[in-house]
Amino acid sequence: MSLRVVIAEDLYLLRDGLVHLLQAHDFEVVAAVESGPELLKALIELRPDVAVVDVRLPPTFTDEGLQAALAARRAVPGLPVLVLSQHVEQLYARELLADGSGAIGYLLKDRVFNAEQFVDAVRRVAAGGTAMDPEVIAKLLASTVRHQPLGALTPREREVLELMAEGRSNAAISQRLFLSESAVGKHTASIFAKLDLVPSDDDNRRVLAVLTYLNAARG
Amino acid sequence: MRTYAVAVGKALVLGAMALVDIALVALTLFAFLLTFGLGMIFVFPPTARLIRYRTAFARRLTGTWLGTAVPAPYLPPPLPARPQPDGWYRHERQLYKTPRWPDWNNRWKWMFGDPATWRDGLWLFLNPVVAAALLLLPLTLATGAVLASRSAVPAAVPPLLGCAAVVALIALPHLLRGYAWWNHLLLSPTAKSVLAGRIQRLDQARLATVDSQASELRRIERDLHDGAQARLVAMGMTLGAVEELMDKDPAAAKALLGKVREASSMALVELRDLVRGIHPPVLAERGLGDAVRALALDSPLKVTVTVDLHARPDSPVESAAYFSISELLTNAARHGGAERVSIDISSHDHALRVVVTDDGEGGADPSLGSGLRGIERRLAAFDGVLAVSSPRGGPTIATFDLPNALAEKRRDSRPLPRGKAVIVGICWGLGWLPLFPQGLVTMVMKIIDTEHLSWFLALYLPEPLQWPLIVFNISLGLSMYAAGMIIPAMHSSQRRLAEVVPARLWLGR
Repeated sequence: MSLRVVIAEDLYLLRDGLVHLLQAHDFEVVAAVESGPELLKALIELRPDVAVVDVRLPPTFTDEGLQAALAARRAVPGLPVLVLSQHVEQLYARELLADGSGAIGYLLKDRVFNAEQFVDAVRRVAAGGTAMDPEVIAKLLASTVRHQPLGALTPREREVLELMAEGRSNAAISQRLFLSESAVGKHTASIFAKLDLVPSDDDNRRVLAVLTYLNAARG
Repeated sequence: MRTYAVAVGKALVLGAMALVDIALVALTLFAFLLTFGLGMIFVFPPTARLIRYRTAFARRLTGTWLGTAVPAPYLPPPLPARPQPDGWYRHERQLYKTPRWPDWNNRWKWMFGDPATWRDGLWLFLNPVVAAALLLLPLTLATGAVLASRSAVPAAVPPLLGCAAVVALIALPHLLRGYAWWNHLLLSPTAKSVLAGRIQRLDQARLATVDSQASELRRIERDLHDGAQARLVAMGMTLGAVEELMDKDPAAAKALLGKVREASSMALVELRDLVRGIHPPVLAERGLGDAVRALALDSPLKVTVTVDLHARPDSPVESAAYFSISELLTNAARHGGAERVSIDISSHDHALRVVVTDDGEGGADPSLGSGLRGIERRLAAFDGVLAVSSPRGGPTIATFDLPNALAEKRRDSRPLPRGKAVIVGICWGLGWLPLFPQGLVTMVMKIIDTEHLSWFLALYLPEPLQWPLIVFNISLGLSMYAAGMIIPAMHSSQRRLAEVVPARLWLGR
C-alpha cells in the first residue's frame, strides 16, 4: 500500500516537483497546499501517513509552516512531519523534537536534489523515525565541542554518532561507512557507554536519546 | 550650622573671584578695542579662549558647589581642513598650501559666530555686579552702613542698613541659589546650540551609516559575482556540454550531470551564508528574542539568554541589535577567552536595552577594537549608545541602549482628550447662536430701529446696555468658532513638536 502524503510548499515549481518526485516513488499525494491555514486543515482532516512541509509559508511568510506542523502534532500526537527549509536552525530542531514522540524530519531543501536519500528520509519519518539534516547535527556537535565526554570519542565513533543523530539505522550506517553491521553495533555500544546513556535496540528511541543528550549538553 | 558656614565661605570665594573678574573685564575691553578698533583680529581668539577658561571654571563650580549642573554650550569645533584631490586647501575662494590658514579662519569664525561666546562675554561683564548684589550683599550693606554713619544722612539710615546686612547674611543660602540660577541663565546651552550639536551628531551618524551600507553592498555584490553567479555560469556551460554528449557518450553525460548538481548545492550554500549575513532568516521569522537564542545555540560558549520585550521593534532596529549582539558574542569567544556569556534583552520605557556579560579576561577597549567600533557605527544610526566596562581580569559588560526602538507606532489620528472634544463640539454646535440671531441680526435690527423686538434679547434691555450686549454676543460667537478651530490645531502641532524636538529642550528652555 502506498503512503499517503500531504505537501505544503508555496512555490509552484517546487511543489510540483515534490509531487512528481513522490508520486514517482509510489507515494499517494492526497493534498498539495500552499499556505499555513490550509496545511493545518489538511493535516487534521486527512490524517496523512506523512507530511512534507516548508517552514516559510503564506500568509505571513515567517515560520507559518513550522507552527502549523507543531499545532497539528499537538492535535494528533506523533503525526509524522518532515520539515523542509532553506536554512536549518538548532532552535527549530529543538522545538520539533521537544515532544519526544519522534516521527520528525528536518532537512535542508537542497537534500531534495538527491531523490533517493530524500525519499528514504520521508519513509523513515513515516515509519516513526527521525531524519535530521547533517548540517543540524554538525552545528550541534560544533557547539558541544568543549563538552568533556564527547571529547573522549574516537574519530570513528564521532562519525557513527553523527549518522546516528541524523536518524539512520545500524544497517544504513554500516553501508555508509563501509563497515560491517556488527562493527557499527560495537561502536554504538561504546558511544552509549562513554556518554553514559542506556543502550536501546530501537533505532528511534536511540536517536532521541542521542539528540536529547546533545541538547542537554548545551546547557 | 556647619553647612551655613560652608555657604558663607563659598559666597566669599565666589564673590572674590567676581571681583578679580573686573581685571578680566578691563583686559577684554582692551582686546575688543584692538580687535574692532584697530582691526587686530588675531587678538580675538586668545581673548575668547581666556573667557572660556573663566566660564568653564564658573560652570564647574556652579555644578560642584552650588549643585546646579551647567553643561557647556559651545557649538562643536570645526573639523580640520581637508586637502582637495590636488593637495591644496581651499577656504572659500582662496587656495592654500598648508591647512594652517583655513584652520585658523575656521576657528575664528567658529568662535566669533557662536552666540555662546557673546553670552559668555555678557556674563563676564555683569558677573561682578551680580556677585556684589547677591553674594557680597551682606558685605556691601555693612560697608554702606559704615560709610553712611560718617556722612550727613538721616540718623535712621545706618542702623537700617546694618539690619539689612544681618538679614542678607541669614538669607545667604538663598542668595547662593539665586547666583546659581544666574549662572545657569547665561552659561548653559540655548535650544539653538543643543540642536546644532544634535544635528552635527546626526550628520556624522548618517555619513557613517551610508558609508557602511555602501561597503556592505559592495561586499554582497562581490560575493554574488564570485560565488553564486559564477557557479550558475559554470552550470550552464556544463549543461550545454551534457546536451552534446547525451547521445554520443551517455556515461560521461551522467557524470557531468552529477557535477552540475554538486555545483548547484554549492551555490545554494553560498547564497545561504550570504542571506544569513544580510538578514538572518530566524530574525525575519521569529524576531529578536528567538534569533538571539538561535545565535546562542550555535555558539561554542555557554550562553544564557533572557528576553523581556513587550513589543517587536522595527525590523532595521532589530537587525542592528542582532548583529551587534552577534559581534559581541564573537568578541567574547575570540578575544575574551570567555566560557559563559549572559545576554539580557529588555525594554526600558521606549528604549531597547541589551546587556552582554562574559566571564573572559576583559581589557576590551572600544577605541582599539575595530569590532566595537563597528558596533558603535551600527548603533549610531539609531541614536544607540554602546558602553563597555572591561577591567583587566574581567568580567566584560557591554551595554547598549536603542532609544525609541519600542516607541508606539506613530498614529496620525490620535483622538483629542474627551474634555477638549466636548468643548470643541459645543463651540462648533452653538457658536452660531450668539453670533447670528443674538449678535449680527440684532445689530441690524438695532440700526434700523425696528418695532419688532421678537427674539432679539438685547433689545429688551434698557437702552445703555443694548450695544454692549450685542458686541459681547458677536465676540462670543467669533471666539467660540476660533476655539473650535484652534484647540484641535494646537493638539496636533503639540504632538508633532513633541515627536520632533529632543526631550532635553522641553526640560531646558
